[in-house]
Amino acid sequence: MTLQEIIDQLGLKVLTDVKDFSQIIPTGGYASDLLSCVIAGAPRQGVWVTLQAHMNIVAVAALLDLSAVIITEGARPEPRVISKANEEGITLLASEQPTFQVVGRLWELGLKNGG
Amino acid sequence: MKSGKTRRERVITDEVAGYITRVEELSYEVKVQDVMTRDVKVATPDMRMVEVLELFREFRISGAPVASKGELVGIISIEDLIRALRGGDMAAPVSEYMSSSVITVKAFHPVVEALKVFTQTRVGRLPVVDEFGKLVGIITKGDITRGLLRALQSTYQEEELRRYRASHLFDDIVSDRTSLILRYTVKARDFVRGGRASSSIKRALLRLGAHPQIARRCGIAVYEAEMNLIIHTTNGGTIRVEIEPHQIYMEAVDDGPGIENVDLAMQPGYSTAPEEIRELGFGAGMGLRNIQRCVDELSLESTPGVGTRLKMHIYLSEGREQLRERGDEIKSMTRQEMKQRSSRDDSSGDH
Repeated sequence: MTLQEIIDQLGLKVLTDVKDFSQIIPTGGYASDLLSCVIAGAPRQGVWVTLQAHMNIVAVAALLDLSAVIITEGARPEPRVISKANEEGITLLASEQPTFQVVGRLWELGLKNGG
Repeated sequence: MKSGKTRRERVITDEVAGYITRVEELSYEVKVQDVMTRDVKVATPDMRMVEVLELFREFRISGAPVASKGELVGIISIEDLIRALRGGDMAAPVSEYMSSSVITVKAFHPVVEALKVFTQTRVGRLPVVDEFGKLVGIITKGDITRGLLRALQSTYQEEELRRYRASHLFDDIVSDRTSLILRYTVKARDFVRGGRASSSIKRALLRLGAHPQIARRCGIAVYEAEMNLIIHTTNGGTIRVEIEPHQIYMEAVDDGPGIENVDLAMQPGYSTAPEEIRELGFGAGMGLRNIQRCVDELSLESTPGVGTRLKMHIYLSEGREQLRERGDEIKSMTRQEMKQRSSRDDSSGDH
């Protein structure tokens, strides 16, 4: 499944620069708001679901080469977070839904590898 | 860090990943005028549709801007031609079939602007105008792809050269023991710049020709050490990374407040981070454990009121570098092994 399909199916808002998301195929997913847990557990090229929206999510995503970060419950990162993400080539996506629902939908779509 | 044939093949995935972002960067650097077609075939409003068909056929194009006395008045495409063909109306003038609401792009804008228009409008081509609105060219998605590939090719060669130079650093400079030292100052509570040292180190290692896995392990270890300095120290601290052909030594040093109980600090889940920092997602008590997972040797020395010194070693030997991801290794470890491992790590420290 491509990142484009995930964006369409979950109605995610793309906060960073548009890329060819149909060429990005996430390998799995991880959900946590604790950064060190994400570092320990998120699969490479995976999707990370969190309600954190501050600068350090970009650092963590870049460190782990994640495909995208889905920020839940309508939390919105500051513009400088978004520009940093663009600089690092990280895709930030936003959902109004809580993490539980987002993860549930990803699972339904077949993204079941937890890293 | 010698380079060899196998090394070259191994780094490719991360290089490729790097160039994807490079394409995005380039779409901001490369201007529309650098990639557009300058020799524009132009139709006129009073031209007949059958003549447009000839124009398209002759130059193998699928659309053309329509201009009257040098002024852009519309755009005509193969779709318009098909409509005329179906209606048997090929004698009609272009003005009846062209679309007159023309979206243009400026020649001096970066190609990302053209890309945005393409994604928003689904048009196939865009007339390019200069600062006075005069038609100077035409651009299609194909032009952009070709232009970016060309630009990428040249920067790829530059990066190759850089990488080549950097990766030969250790071969070219002869001494009894050559090392490269990188130093970073980390300020306390500077969450916004958190991750700066670790991402710089990761990039430097990739450039030096280190295996992506090694770069990632160092990145993670330094990130956690960096965040510890930001979260817990009184005055921040320094990170020092010494790269040698056979090992990478990383050190995080601060001058306080120091750790009361080092053994407790090493335990997964233990953290002294205050609530407002935990809310940001830090202070999971996993930092040192993550470091342990990524390095071959770790030692933590601390004296309350004096400061803390965290030492981390990664050993590089051809065989080790080829190891699969350490994370997998840890996950498949039993609890007992974990225990043995952490006690071994504790005792191996020279504190």
